[in-house]
Amino acid sequence: MSKNWPLWEVFIRSRNGLHHSHVGSVHAVDAEMAVENARDVYTRRGEGVSIWVVPSAEIVASDPRDKASLFEPALDKVYRHPTFYEIPDEVGNI
Amino acid sequence: MYSQALDERHPDEGHEGRALDDAALLARFDERVAAEEKVEPNDWMPAAYRKTLIRQISQHAHSEIIGMQPEGNWLTRAPSLRRKAVLLAKVQDEAGHGLYLYAAVETLGIAREELVDQLLTGKAKYSSIFNYPTLTWADIGAIGWLVDGAAIMNQVPICRCSYGPYARAMIRICKEESFHQRQGFEIMLTLSRGTDAQKAMAQDALNRWWWPSLMMFGPHDGESVHGEQSMKWKIKRFSNDELRQKFVDATAPQAEFLGLRVPDDELRYDDTTGHYVFGEPDWSEFAAVLRGEGPCNEQRLTHRRRAHDDGAWVREAAEAHAAKRRTAESVA
Repeated sequence: MSKNWPLWEVFIRSRNGLHHSHVGSVHAVDAEMAVENARDVYTRRGEGVSIWVVPSAEIVASDPRDKASLFEPALDKVYRHPTFYEIPDEVGNI
Repeated sequence: MYSQALDERHPDEGHEGRALDDAALLARFDERVAAEEKVEPNDWMPAAYRKTLIRQISQHAHSEIIGMQPEGNWLTRAPSLRRKAVLLAKVQDEAGHGLYLYAAVETLGIAREELVDQLLTGKAKYSSIFNYPTLTWADIGAIGWLVDGAAIMNQVPICRCSYGPYARAMIRICKEESFHQRQGFEIMLTLSRGTDAQKAMAQDALNRWWWPSLMMFGPHDGESVHGEQSMKWKIKRFSNDELRQKFVDATAPQAEFLGLRVPDDELRYDDTTGHYVFGEPDWSEFAAVLRGEGPCNEQRLTHRRRAHDDGAWVREAAEAHAAKRRTAESVA
């Protein structure tokens, strides 16, 4: 190749009603080719009903080194989960 | 897969205290791998781990791409429209597998163009099995049954590889490989139940593909260069010899079912161990093919280079078209 073609991240909606999920990436000169390549590479067996492609360079990712400061504060807040609360059996479903 | 940005600003630790940091990072890394945690592109990893993965995944990707050739050889001569459609789908899958794997290896910070270049210049290796010719239609059956069967043995454990992108690519690939192996066995079954000439063709294919398939698992454990470290890093889960044994145990009864003879006088089932005993592949042949002296090494690379050169105008046209569209958009 004469120069590095941009990388695109591919997201596929596998069935109607589900959200798009990341499946991998493709190289393409533009968005149209990225959709075509994604279709050829990632949907050969009816894996999807819709494709999103996003330039990889446009994705902003959290830094793994910030994992603790970003995500650990949520771990000790068990009261955010319904199972934290004890409800007597007699009350039934709540 | 969006790894580059973070990779580039990695040397932020400065020089002082770097060695100390590295030792701590390495200990943490070994702990995570031992605990079966997945390593992701932006995570810290030892340089040797990155290098090993780049080598292994790219060789794997190149093998898929070169592997299209021996089978592509029979696309125009498949014996029926059904067989042709199936073979086309299979060859397309090989291209797809190559692309999943290139995408996975790129997350380690190497560009696609560099990988392609390594293949075309002969710097990178690919599986030696694809340097054997497909002389008859039965070879397409034998490749699916034996070569893809051996590949599945090798690849299923890699679905649990410590490196996330590689493991995920392998899960996808293994699902699709199963079709490859079954279609190959079906071809062998049809031929072995056919005329005497068809059965002889199937036997001949088995004779030629059996030993190269056993060699696909690589040298004996004691002679394997990267084996031990890869096991420790959980890139590899079983040793070469373990996988080879599993393959023979699975495949020998299938040959019997087909009514074909495995070309190994020493092959027999051992009641006490519950495993097959089998003979020694010709390792000098393996070494020769790796050195580039196999029957088709030259042909495979020449063909790939030609295909790459012949496709240059398509890549140039695509770039020119994209550039023109960008200009038109910015003017409008």
